[in-house]
Amino acid sequence: MLKVTIDDISIEVPPGTTILQAARMIGQNVPPAMCYYSKLEGSGGKCRTCLVKVTKGSEKDPRPMPKLVASCRTGVMDGMEVRNETSPEVIDARKGVTEFLLINHPLDCPVCDQAGECKLQDLSYEHGLAKSRYEFKRREFEKRDIGDKIQLHMNRCILCYRCTQVADQLTPERVHGVLNRGEVSEISTYIEQAVDNDFSGNMIDVCPVGALTDKTFRFKSRVWFTKPMLAHRECTTCSGKVTLWFQGSEVLRVTTRKDKWNEAEAFICNDCRFEKKKTEDWTIDGPAHIDTHSVIAQNHLPFELPVVQKNLPDAL
Amino acid sequence: MGRKILLEHIDKPGIDQIESYIKYGGYRSVSKALKEMTPDEVTEEVKKSGLRGRGGAGFATGLKWSFLDKSTDKPRYLLCNADESEPGTFKDRLLMEKIPHLLIEGMITSSYALGCNTSYIYIRGEYMFILRILQKAIAEAYAKGFLGKNILGSGFNLDLYVHPGAGAYICGEETALIESLEGKRGNPRIKPPFPAVSGLWNCPTIVNNVESIAAVVSIVNEGGDEYAKTGIGKSTGTKLISASGNINKPGVYEIEMGVPVEEFIYSDEYCGGIKNGLELKACVPGGSSVPILPKHHLLYESNGNPRLMSYESLSEGGFATGSMLGSGGFIVYDEKQCIVRNTWNFARFYHHESCGQCSPCREGTGWMERVLHNIEYGHGKMEDIDLLWDIQRKIEGNTICPLGDAAAWPVAAAIRHFRHEFEYHVKYRNRVFDEDHVYQPEMKAQLV
Ligand SMILES: Cc1cc2nc3c(=O)[nH]c(=O)nc-3n(C[C@H](O)[C@H](O)[C@H](O)COP(=O)(O)O)c2cc1C
Ligand code: SF4
Ligand code: SF4
Ligand code: FES
Repeated sequence: MLKVTIDDISIEVPPGTTILQAARMIGQNVPPAMCYYSKLEGSGGKCRTCLVKVTKGSEKDPRPMPKLVASCRTGVMDGMEVRNETSPEVIDARKGVTEFLLINHPLDCPVCDQAGECKLQDLSYEHGLAKSRYEFKRREFEKRDIGDKIQLHMNRCILCYRCTQVADQLTPERVHGVLNRGEVSEISTYIEQAVDNDFSGNMIDVCPVGALTDKTFRFKSRVWFTKPMLAHRECTTCSGKVTLWFQGSEVLRVTTRKDKWNEAEAFICNDCRFEKKKTEDWTIDGPAHIDTHSVIAQNHLPFELPVVQKNLPDAL
Repeated sequence: MGRKILLEHIDKPGIDQIESYIKYGGYRSVSKALKEMTPDEVTEEVKKSGLRGRGGAGFATGLKWSFLDKSTDKPRYLLCNADESEPGTFKDRLLMEKIPHLLIEGMITSSYALGCNTSYIYIRGEYMFILRILQKAIAEAYAKGFLGKNILGSGFNLDLYVHPGAGAYICGEETALIESLEGKRGNPRIKPPFPAVSGLWNCPTIVNNVESIAAVVSIVNEGGDEYAKTGIGKSTGTKLISASGNINKPGVYEIEMGVPVEEFIYSDEYCGGIKNGLELKACVPGGSSVPILPKHHLLYESNGNPRLMSYESLSEGGFATGSMLGSGGFIVYDEKQCIVRNTWNFARFYHHESCGQCSPCREGTGWMERVLHNIEYGHGKMEDIDLLWDIQRKIEGNTICPLGDAAAWPVAAAIRHFRHEFEYHVKYRNRVFDEDHVYQPEMKAQLV
């Protein structure tokens, strides 16, 4: 086991653990991760929101690392000491990255289906500036359908590459990737082909922003007006374990079950996601936990209430 | 006259053909290495020579070679980086165009040292005509038994291929080069792992610049210690400098490391002084990525000693008063050149060449270019100068590959040393230039 200390909290982790994973094990002062996705091989390293400062490399080589490092792609060494939220340099860099991610973002949250469960909203809430310093025209792309169930709204994309990794790793053929270079890079299918395979819908769930959205759910409701319930069914293609998003008794949307870090617990097939929208299709397991951090939680106090009550005496 | 190691025979007739090349002593290092030396002995000589990578970073070549993971039975690869796309740098081109066999000889000897049986030269797409020159030379080397199976009866096999890029600067970054060679999008990889452990097709790989590999030839021929006698301090041997800008004699010069910068600019042996009798104003001494220096910092170190053309001397004083030798792209500006315009031009290049993988570089390079464009064309505000400083500061050091730094440094250095020109552009927006966009020397006087 290797000992690592992040913001003065120590933990022992097995070799091969990254700083970000160690922080998640500790459970507090966790760097935000916009591109890393533990279930996708090779993800991470790109968005730079998870930068941290390594003040001591290891017991053997205590020298600090010369630059901030991406915690999602930097392995822990024994005796390593890391500063995340306790380093002004890290906070400053993270502010910078947040601003960079926003300068070309359309800020169309009022008409975006992702609003409420968008990681870019959370990030800008915590690290963004009140006012944009960018005075130029934002880059624009046409909206595009990739297949009949998914819409790509490239304007909102932060080029985290997760969806292309889904395409590479979960589906039998490589169906889409990144075209062009630099600022004008775009996610694209090969010559406008539809993305059509059993697991393509998962790219919607891995997308941290509203660039890939479920056309069967488009504009039906704001996510905070829907109630998530865990459910399952017998499925021959996937695990069949999903989250159903209800409005009243109607299922508006089916997604993967998300863990604490907003990652899919298990990827689901398109049949479960797009075709099974009747309550009878499913066995309900109970309400889904909603992170109080998220905007969706605003409409779901009942699930959080016990916690609130428990802390009440302290607060008084 | 300084000693010529790489370009000694460049003017010999027919030197691009193998017969002449051999007549002037070519391919000696191959027979010497393969017949008389073990691979480790060759590496040892390269270490002793003190050779530092000529691609820009100046990392010790022998040390890099010693990192090559030899513990696996995976194949190992040597890749020659002939992507040469840094603005201001055009030295590898001359070498490959005129003396292609020098590179091929270096590739054979180096591959032997590293235990590689397949090696590649990755050449920028715009150098298609040089690709043909190299292919012809490679065919000649095969015919003479310097390439292929059982070279010179030594039992060592080597196949050498030339592979063209498609015109992206980023493919000169070693891991992007590897991705591109594998047939993928040229995105730099996230390090570690470093190529010496996991590079081409996840096998141990060494990437070296054309000039570094060409230098191995004479290191093997004359011995590392002998090579190290040329040069100064930790900058051993000779360096090819691509000289351009407002000088009388632009071109590629082979210099012994340690020539004073002043001599390099003004002596007739090299640049021959500033064109049209004008004054020297500034210089980018190592290719567009390195900080620009005003005349006084360029010619003198911070302690007042003359600055020399060497890794150490050019970086003396850090970024406050120094710069870097980089890839040796020496761009000279006379008193009429506009620093704002030049900075905008560089920023435009990095904006265009960013691969777009990481947010600070993808978004920041475009932002800087637009702000600089505004200032240059008379739409700038005073706050824009501080904004630019802040943007470059937030890119630098926070990206996957050094292209982010390369985009940030020129902007930082221009503001650091020539802030008054930026301010002048904002203050006197209509007066900055005459018709053909020439800098007005009196503007500095008006500001102070
Ligand atoms: C954006 C970028 C472009 C580069 N372009 C080149 C190039 O064109 N040629 C080159 O030799 N090195 C280039 N490099 C440096 C290479 O990554 C690498 O360090 C070099 O090829 C190593 O060779 P050396 O040790 O012989 O210098 C570039 C680096 C970066 C970050
Ligand atoms: S579309 Fe979404 S998942 Fe794909 S790269 Fe863009 S932000 Fe990431
Ligand atoms: S720094 Fe720029 S060029 Fe390098 S990986 Fe990041 S986006 Fe690409
Ligand atoms: S989460 Fe680490 S760089 Fe994006």
